[in-house]
Amino acid sequence: MKKILSKAESVLAVLLANPVFAESEKHIDQYKLNMTEGVTDISAKVYDLHMLMFWICVVIGAGVFIAMFISMYFHRKSRGYKPATFHESVKVEIAWTVIPFIILIAMAVPAANLLFDMEDASEPDLTVLVTGSQWKWHYKYMDNDVEFFSKMATQAEQIDGKFAKNENYLLEVDRALVIPTGKKVRFLITSDDVIHAWWVPDFAVKQDANPGFINDAWAKVEQPGVYRGQCAELCGKDHGFMPVVVVAKEPAEYDKWIAEQQAIQQKAKEEEQRLLAMNMTMDEAMALGEKVYNANCAACHMPNGEGLPGVFPALKGSQIALEDQPKHIDVLVNGVTGTAMQAYAKQLSMSDLAAVVTYERNAWGNNTGDLVQAKDINAAINGK
Amino acid sequence: MTTVTDDSHHDDHHEHHIPTGIKRWLYTTNHKDIGTLYLWFAFIMFLTGGAMAMVIRAELFQPGLQIVDPNFFNQMTTVHGLVMVFGAVMPAFTGLANWLVPMMIGAPDMALPRMNNWSFWILPFAFLILLSSLFMEGGGPAFGWTFYAPLSTTYSNDGTALFVFAVHIMGASSIMGAINVIVTIVNMRAPGMTYMKMPLFVWTWLITAFLLIAVMPVLAGAVTMVLTDKFFGTSFFDAAGGGDPVMFQHIFWFFGHPEVYIMILPAFGIISAIVPTFARKRLFGYASMVYATASIALLSFIVWAHHMFTTGMPVGAELFFMFATMLISVPTGVKVFNWVATMWRGSMTFEVPMLFALAFIVLFTIGGLSGLMLAITPVDFQYHDTYFVVAHFHYVLVTGAIFSIMAAVYYWLPKWTGKMFHIGLAKWHFWCSLVSVNVLFFPMHFVGLAGMPRRIPDYALQFADFNKWISIGGFAFGLSQLIFLALLIKACKKQGEPVSGQVWEGAEGLEWEIPSPAPYHSFETPPEVK
Ligand code: HEM
Ligand SMILES: [Cu+2]
Repeated sequence: MKKILSKAESVLAVLLANPVFAESEKHIDQYKLNMTEGVTDISAKVYDLHMLMFWICVVIGAGVFIAMFISMYFHRKSRGYKPATFHESVKVEIAWTVIPFIILIAMAVPAANLLFDMEDASEPDLTVLVTGSQWKWHYKYMDNDVEFFSKMATQAEQIDGKFAKNENYLLEVDRALVIPTGKKVRFLITSDDVIHAWWVPDFAVKQDANPGFINDAWAKVEQPGVYRGQCAELCGKDHGFMPVVVVAKEPAEYDKWIAEQQAIQQKAKEEEQRLLAMNMTMDEAMALGEKVYNANCAACHMPNGEGLPGVFPALKGSQIALEDQPKHIDVLVNGVTGTAMQAYAKQLSMSDLAAVVTYERNAWGNNTGDLVQAKDINAAINGK
Repeated sequence: MTTVTDDSHHDDHHEHHIPTGIKRWLYTTNHKDIGTLYLWFAFIMFLTGGAMAMVIRAELFQPGLQIVDPNFFNQMTTVHGLVMVFGAVMPAFTGLANWLVPMMIGAPDMALPRMNNWSFWILPFAFLILLSSLFMEGGGPAFGWTFYAPLSTTYSNDGTALFVFAVHIMGASSIMGAINVIVTIVNMRAPGMTYMKMPLFVWTWLITAFLLIAVMPVLAGAVTMVLTDKFFGTSFFDAAGGGDPVMFQHIFWFFGHPEVYIMILPAFGIISAIVPTFARKRLFGYASMVYATASIALLSFIVWAHHMFTTGMPVGAELFFMFATMLISVPTGVKVFNWVATMWRGSMTFEVPMLFALAFIVLFTIGGLSGLMLAITPVDFQYHDTYFVVAHFHYVLVTGAIFSIMAAVYYWLPKWTGKMFHIGLAKWHFWCSLVSVNVLFFPMHFVGLAGMPRRIPDYALQFADFNKWISIGGFAFGLSQLIFLALLIKACKKQGEPVSGQVWEGAEGLEWEIPSPAPYHSFETPPEVK
């Protein structure tokens, strides 16, 4: 069957001169049909229950369809078949009400048991707070002083078809969540703006991230590896570009990693203080600002600063970007409540913020000549 | 079974007063005219929503963004869903009810003919408003047909006001249509037409109408709360003001789940009319069909949160909604078993309406079975918001509701026009649709299980090959509907062989006892049903 399909397909591929076909043949399982068994005890049980349900449905369906096709074949007028006259039978009708009911109970019991296991997130070894926002994830280790954002790393050029797409197209991030194997990890899941859903198929974990509320889920991963998922709840424009990547490491390696991260984040904080005293040149600020802008702002305000009319405002030629510098910094630092504009003070360093304000005030012909420094941002945040 | 008084004399008399041209259609209070209006409107909406689906499938033909930007893609999925649900399926069923309910119960018209006119004529405006929002600054609604808050409130564009207004009008139209159906059925049955003698199409529509009256106001409430949250500073769905975004989903699905049965119960009625005709055998288990319909309708009020298993409900609630949802498959099963038992030892022929009805039974059953899988909460965590769900609801809605509507049109069209439709075209339409619809929707099960989320404009490479097939199936299904369009135009030009009053050899019921085409005024003197 698979063979016939791919044969017919190669003909089509030639006809349509579709480049995707040739490319994707390399390493990707193109005809993956079924749910993953995953890498946790729970995900394996979910898979088993899924297969049980599947086969029960196949049997019921086959029974119905066979009966139907028998009568379509034998009981047809063209064969001279004369219609019977029966049109009810209490016995049969009771039977096909009661038997399905019993089958349902047989399904409900294992399902309920598994559900209790899945929902029992008590006594974790480790807790991570997962916060969704348009369109990235934030991970905060509750037992260590480590937190970071995780954004899709696929380049825009791959999406636009200018570059070839690589193996993990759309499923790769700049910084993955790292967890230890063999430990019960609890995920506390919430959101800063709209509803998202954090989904890792290999863990059979999918939980909505609701703004203002916290959900929990858990996983105990046995094998080290890289596990990929996506946001599963429509969350606006870039919903399709919000992958989840989790790396599971042996506990010893994990401990090393987390200690490293803690040190790095500590140092970054000290560095920040030092940078406050330093001034960037216009060129430095513009270069850094462009990088920060494309990574954080361009999704809504667009790379050309023109925004999406009626949805996201333009920065090019906007009154705030041209004139009102304090307001510009305020919007960036504190966000605008009741809109998609987030508060970036907790997402970016002060020098990044300074650079991006500078960039926005000088790019796309905004040409104000304003150069903003980290200390200006610090003044806005801390009132100094 | 019945005696019909000859009323052709009256018809001649009335025929003189029918205004012509646009006025006839604007002012009409005739149930047949209004039925025709509803059906054409639904078909135009079906093609409009279909065109949007073509945009979606063209974008998803291969990985990467080629044709539309993600924001417009979201508008397409949203408006496609709204147009198909509220513009195609529901008006088509209302159109069928208008044509058929009076003829099936021996009534001269609907009980409230002026309201009937009104409930139709506000609909085009609702959709004009909705569709025109696509061309305004910021574009149309982009938050999915389920318009979850706060994506539809704080994070939507100002066009949301138009969406809300449009939904209000659609709701008002549906409620008026439902009142009309109920009043007609309760008061205007011919003497001797007791409830348990009514054709199942009448029964299922009666129950559907009660569902509509129960839940359309809930939808109206939901959109109104979205409106005030967005524009007037309330916080129904905003935690910062003491509200709860998940409450939105409870309210929406309290409407939404009965809504999906609103879109399938009349289909059950249609199939229950067609199968006995072409099996030449009475419907098996008439009474149990009625009870099954009623129990489905009642159960449909207590299963809504099966759409919300991942929102973080307490385990007790998850269990309740899982069990209740599983329960609903029992009466649904009874229906399918009854149809098969009706065919069993019948004397079957396979005219076009029967072909659609048989396809319905098989493909709807597939959709029902995937529904049963979705009901199992622990596994639904994996299925939810993937293409597996998309496959499920397209099997029940396209090969379910839409196929039943097509079956109904083929079955009753000769009665309406007095001419047999072009059978060759109809068979082409059927076979092209049947093959393409499965190429379109069946592989969605696979990509869904393999992990492809729904409502995304671009996808990872492992989904590429199935998506290409799905798109090809989609284009083929879209094109197949043009055959239907050609056939309908021919039928409206009254081309084809004249047919008898009974049309189909095995057809039974009052509508087959009047001449074909059905006179403009039928049953002015009620027939007597024995
Ligand atoms: C045996 C009967 C059925 C069962 C047990 C069932 C079960 C379910 C479940 C559990 C879901 C939620 C899946 C998820 O989002 O994770 C669902 C979705 C859906 N079902 Fe069904 N279903 C049945 C029949 C139907 C019928 C008859 C229709 C309509 C004619 C229908 C239309 C839908 C729609 C439109 C959705 C998706 C809505 C959305 O999220 O946009 N279902 N069904
Ligand atoms: Cu439902």
